Amino acid sequence: MKTRVLAIDDSRTIRNLLAACLEEAGFEYHSAVDGREGVDAYPDVAPDVVITDINMPNLDGFGVIEELRGEGINSKVPILVLTTESSADLKARARAAGATGWITKPFDDESLIFALKRVTGAVA
Amino acid sequence: MTGSIMDTFFEECEELLEAMDAGLAAIEEGDQDPETVNAVFRAVHSIKGGAGAFGLDDLVAFAHNFETVFDDVRSNKLQLDEKLIQLLFRASDHLSDLVVCARDGGQIDEAHHTVLIAALAEYIDEEEEELVFEPMGMGAAFEPAPLAEVQQETSYDIRFHPLKEMFATGNEPYFLFQALADLGTLSVKLDDSELPGFDAMEDGESYLSWELTLVTGESRSSIEAVFEFVEGLCELSISSEGDDAAEADALAALNAAFGIPLAEDDAAVALPLEQPAPEPVEASAPAEVEAEEVPDSAEDAVVEKAAVAKKDAAKSSGPKPTLRVELDRVDRLINAVGELIINHSMLAQQIANLDASDTRDVETELEGFKNLARDIQEGVMAIRAQPVKPLFQRMARIVREASAATGKTAKLITIGEATEVDKTVIERLADPLTHILRNAVDHGIEAPENRAAAGKDKAGEIRLTAAHRSGSVCIEVKDDGAGLNRKKIRQIAIDKGLIPADAELSDSEIDNLLFMPGFSTAKEISNLSGRGVGLDVVKNAVTALGGRVSISSVPGEGSMFSIILPLTLAVMDGMVVSVAGHTMVVPITAIVETMRGNEDMINNLGSDGTLLSIRGSFVPICDVAGSLGLRTSTTNEPAGVYLLVETENGDRCALAVDDIHDQRQVVIKSLDGVCGNVPGVSAATILGDGKIAMILDPESIVTASSSAAVFDTDRRMNNAIAS
Repeated sequence: MKTRVLAIDDSRTIRNLLAACLEEAGFEYHSAVDGREGVDAYPDVAPDVVITDINMPNLDGFGVIEELRGEGINSKVPILVLTTESSADLKARARAAGATGWITKPFDDESLIFALKRVTGAVA
Repeated sequence: MTGSIMDTFFEECEELLEAMDAGLAAIEEGDQDPETVNAVFRAVHSIKGGAGAFGLDDLVAFAHNFETVFDDVRSNKLQLDEKLIQLLFRASDHLSDLVVCARDGGQIDEAHHTVLIAALAEYIDEEEEELVFEPMGMGAAFEPAPLAEVQQETSYDIRFHPLKEMFATGNEPYFLFQALADLGTLSVKLDDSELPGFDAMEDGESYLSWELTLVTGESRSSIEAVFEFVEGLCELSISSEGDDAAEADALAALNAAFGIPLAEDDAAVALPLEQPAPEPVEASAPAEVEAEEVPDSAEDAVVEKAAVAKKDAAKSSGPKPTLRVELDRVDRLINAVGELIINHSMLAQQIANLDASDTRDVETELEGFKNLARDIQEGVMAIRAQPVKPLFQRMARIVREASAATGKTAKLITIGEATEVDKTVIERLADPLTHILRNAVDHGIEAPENRAAAGKDKAGEIRLTAAHRSGSVCIEVKDDGAGLNRKKIRQIAIDKGLIPADAELSDSEIDNLLFMPGFSTAKEISNLSGRGVGLDVVKNAVTALGGRVSISSVPGEGSMFSIILPLTLAVMDGMVVSVAGHTMVVPITAIVETMRGNEDMINNLGSDGTLLSIRGSFVPICDVAGSLGLRTSTTNEPAGVYLLVETENGDRCALAVDDIHDQRQVVIKSLDGVCGNVPGVSAATILGDGKIAMILDPESIVTASSSAAVFDTDRRMNNAIAS
């Protein structure tokens, strides 16, 4: 079974980069273009790990984490946040919402896989 | 692969830049909606994010400054005033330049770049300015050791005790250990000494600790990187044989602070970890239990929140769903539709040739076929059609820049942005429109003081309009400037030998001299619009699209450029004619009327031409066969049929052909790859009988056959008749 990743990002470029990297590494890649779509897609995709952007229309990354961890979905899967700046404040907020870890944009393939590995154990 | 991702990045950039411009324009118009500001912020942010991925440092750095300022606007730390909005516009323009530079190569305007960064920096708090943008990787914690280095293996003792908070973040000790095991040889010892008796165990508490020994050639920071996500969520100590005294002290202090007992448990678990490590009871239990224990009121709150979220989602349901398709696929479809139309023609012809007594039923069905084919064709064309809005938005920038360069104030008003035009037309229209708009600001709009003197608003106004008009697209650029200086234009044309000194020209003819090759006012007016290229470039570009451009002007009130373009480039309505035994097609749009020829209509004009008299006025006759070199011109004999065509500057000419066969839709097949540019012929098509027919370009036939005479034929012939 491939490790299933749900990537939520409003930037097509980032989604493409994630898709290229993850698919090459053997992950099963799913994506959503904003927070709302990501949360809506979650039950169907049933991912093993979620990667979410913070700045997005409709529902931002914090909202995504809160909703996924919240009562309705009650997700226990790791959630990685994609951030541009590695500000401590932002990490703290994400973590308080229930994020598992973070990936600093721009990411390189190695660090992305490394991050996924640490939260899912998957080498895909 | 990275290349194609980069391509989509630049595509996305264009969309984002458009969104950004649209947002800024809305903000300038007084749009207070926070979502508008957010949308602009996100656009800049996404450009930065993508640019970072490709190492486009200039772009990243500038976008970062831009974004920082916009973030302050977003959080109301900065008030948007006219000055800031103008700066943001300039920054947006520059960002778009940087994107183009990154894509196509080329030099950025360093001075401009520096000035803008400084201007933006003025709005940025020093504290924020210092915010470090990490160029690559996971942050400071993750620094893989250089491969070349010979790695000395070191043994690290790691003590790890997760706090209960860690389990709420989805981090699992087992995976962390697995990541550690990748670094070297790991042994894991579970310390369950803190585990109370079963009755004393509390849900959600964390009782387990681990002692790990890792023998690795990796640096300490690589080990720390593994624990990056759980920093602050666990008690962690890493010590090695080589640690100096200070570190050992620090460890002791740390242990003392957390009161960690040194467990002497020998229950070592050897790696590799084939099975998951003993699942800590805390790992899954707490959340579930909490869920059960949530009081009703909290549950209600959640339900309420979900309802609100749903409402929000409904409110922001956004634009219609779209599908991104490669242009190639659409073009293949267009090609197929073209073949379908040709196929229909062939079928119709076959049926007409059939020796059948009654073909009415078949013809009815065939008519249905034709209508369906037309529907499909229109549908496919609609796929290629795009609103002119993005193009018009770019033009706003041209006007801003031109205004800044000339010290004039000009405002662009766009009308009909939703008008849809073929994608290729939009792409190829950018250059001519840019030229016309620069021209309008530079030569059209007067200097502010002159405008004030003329009783006009100091700020000039340029209206850019797009509209559909009877099967074509009409784009107009109208300025409220001084209008054309006809005396000057005429003089320039005479000086440059474009017209004889004694030429008698109508106002409209003088205006349209601007489009003549070789007519460029560059040397005497500013360096902005007149970059050594005249408006003939505009004319050529528009003509290449099968369109026409003309100019009209009222002194003191302004000038207007009109561009008329066909809706589509792939199919057109044409009149099928025969010329010296060849079947040819003339675009319907060029034909004003058709008439049978008779001797009474022909008038000779000197030795070089003949005129056709139509209801008392005269138009020059141009023999198509003669001008294409198919036979020696015999213009004093009446031709079978005359097609009265109008050239783009309003001059008329009668094309002499032998006969008219049909009027039908033809599929345009480019000649570019086959035989290059043929004077008088714009393209080819395939007719119902499978034969290839040339599509004539009336404009170039007329020009080729009568060259300089085009301008004043009307007057010349009237003079000739009178004398």
